[in-house]
Amino acid sequence: MKLSIQINEGPYTHAASDTAYQFTKAALEKGHEIFRVFFYHDGVNNGTRFTTPPQDDRNLVNLWSELAAKHNLDMVVCVAAAQRRGIVDPDEAKRNGKDGDNIAPGFRISGLGQLIEAGIQSDRLVVFGD
Amino acid sequence: MSDIKKFMYVNRKAPYGTIYALESLEVVLIGAAFEQDVALAFVDDGVYQLTKGQDTKGIGVKNFSPTYNALGDYDVNKIYVEKESLESRGLTVDDLMPLKYEDEDDDWAEKDSIHVVSSAELSEIMDQSDVVLSF
Repeated sequence: MKLSIQINEGPYTHAASDTAYQFTKAALEKGHEIFRVFFYHDGVNNGTRFTTPPQDDRNLVNLWSELAAKHNLDMVVCVAAAQRRGIVDPDEAKRNGKDGDNIAPGFRISGLGQLIEAGIQSDRLVVFGD
Repeated sequence: MSDIKKFMYVNRKAPYGTIYALESLEVVLIGAAFEQDVALAFVDDGVYQLTKGQDTKGIGVKNFSPTYNALGDYDVNKIYVEKESLESRGLTVDDLMPLKYEDEDDDWAEKDSIHVVSSAELSEIMDQSDVVLSF
């Protein structure tokens, strides 16, 4: 089955990203296709490489980056939500006059149209959040 | 883009206090450009998103409620409000903004976009949707 994943909450406060990660990993292992993972609301905070949790805890950002690298996942961070919350890639930094970027490997910043397209193109869109 | 799917946006939270309502509306407006079959549902505290006379001066947050009036121009005219959610909050349809659209199949007659439906009716409509986005 072709699936897309929407994640509406940031890491650590809320289990949405953990659950979505486990779900996505399990779906891939079962042979399903992941068309796209879309990060919205505070979910965009899953995409900053500046996250530094204690060493004995999981690093969710790195887990997503590694999963993306292994399976060539398309992981999209909503640009409008990212701008509100300070998630920046080199292009956005330049465009908005910021002095740096923090996007993690495997993530890209794009528009909400990518979420709608994921809904159209996938057999199921699975939403994680409250 | 191949075939048309039935999208349903489910709005469950009050308009202020969290950002879900505003960012849901942003998805609806962007999504309108994709020419899909769109419906909105308002349940639980989500029904407060459509109330008349919202005034946010005291909380220093932008009042985005006028934007709902533009939905008709985006061909978003199936707006379902759950009856039980209204009733349990002491609200009626008269407390909501009178959202309208012009029906191009009926000589552009102005019609109500809002339909108050029971929980059972809403679950039927939701069941017939292809993509359900929950906010």
